[in-house]
Amino acid sequence: MAKITYITSDNQTHTLEVQNGLTVMEGAVQNDIPGIDADCGGGMACATCHVYVKEEWFNKLPKKEDGEEDMLDMAFEPKKNSRLSCQIIVSDEIDGLEVNIPSKQA
Amino acid sequence: MNKIDALIIGAGPAGLFTAHQLKLIGLDCEVVDNLDKIGGQCIELYPDKPIYDIPAVPECTGEELTKNLINQLKPFDIKFHLNERVEEVKKESDKWFVKTSNGNIFLTPNVIIAGGVGSFEPRKFSPKECEKFENKSLFYSVKNKNIFKGKTVSIFGGGDSALDWAVELSKDCKVNLIHRRDEFRGAQATADKVHQLAKAAKINLFTKYQMISVKGVQQLESIEIKHDNNEIKNLKTDYVLGFFGLIMQLGPIANWGLNIDKKTIEVDTEKFETNQKGIYAVGDICKYPGKLKLILSGFHEGALAARACFKLARPNEKYRFEFTTTSKNLLKRLGKKE
Repeated sequence: MAKITYITSDNQTHTLEVQNGLTVMEGAVQNDIPGIDADCGGGMACATCHVYVKEEWFNKLPKKEDGEEDMLDMAFEPKKNSRLSCQIIVSDEIDGLEVNIPSKQA
Repeated sequence: MNKIDALIIGAGPAGLFTAHQLKLIGLDCEVVDNLDKIGGQCIELYPDKPIYDIPAVPECTGEELTKNLINQLKPFDIKFHLNERVEEVKKESDKWFVKTSNGNIFLTPNVIIAGGVGSFEPRKFSPKECEKFENKSLFYSVKNKNIFKGKTVSIFGGGDSALDWAVELSKDCKVNLIHRRDEFRGAQATADKVHQLAKAAKINLFTKYQMISVKGVQQLESIEIKHDNNEIKNLKTDYVLGFFGLIMQLGPIANWGLNIDKKTIEVDTEKFETNQKGIYAVGDICKYPGKLKLILSGFHEGALAARACFKLARPNEKYRFEFTTTSKNLLKRLGKKE
């Protein structure tokens, strides 16, 4: 289990306990957190589960695969700390992770 | 006006196999899809990615799966309406009146929505004022490249479309190519060509930049782009092209009076019918308890929806279940010798 905090673009904070092994995207979708669409269902094929990872966390997460950076080209307003939440797997190590959800996904 | 037994919206795997099932049981159908090619997400999102969970197909790519499904439709004559989006669906006596973006009209007792997560639309620039210039001096695809001749064109993106057009237009336009990072995801050979042209001052390359605003009153005059380090550049430009791939939008489906929840349509699991009689949903877009978004589920859903269509298309006939291994009727429809 890890506590994940999702912050929507209107500054609503949602903190959830997410099971290890799920992705940060699944944690959001299963709990109806608004703003994460995940159209392709976690296939790294759509860039609609885009989040901004808080700076202090960004370097602690496992590195992006090439395909993820390619998909981020298509995300809405990508930044240096952009990630696809379907590629962040929940584990005890990321307990306390905070992610910001962009104002829209497309 | 086309009078048909069933209209399928969406030419992805679920739509294609549903078409097969309809034709096999003797119903005619046509297929509409907003993309310019058959295959849906398989062809647009992951043509080269291997899929491992199609029953009896240990491994195949999205493109191979599509080819095989098209092959399976060969015995049948099915009309596909590509580059067309269904805009309107309304009841007309006991049939559905369906109108597409190209003005095609269908009258049919059965509409099967196999729309995945909606229709593919180009991803757009984020600054709101871009809309003002859309389809005038700001485009998401190129229809006529001659309008750019001798002009300054600013191209955004790092995939094949952006690179190909940068190379092509650099022959007789002033080209700015702007991308959010140093690496391009387009073909290496084209990326190399872009770098050569940039060296020869044929293309002005701006990497680690993104669009922040467009300027101009009546006509587009310039754009502002911002570097990762917050430096802002103003570029004079006549045209802007954005190539950020495609996104799926539910689009007009939302207006047809269906029970929609989180971009999915509620159906029963007997006919895969929606809350509207004669409108079905199959594949990723349908929702019922236990729904799995797998291609194989779409095949099952399409097979059942097709049988349900029979009742409305042939109210005076009785549907009889038959196997392709033994039924003379089915073998005849498949073009096999009896």
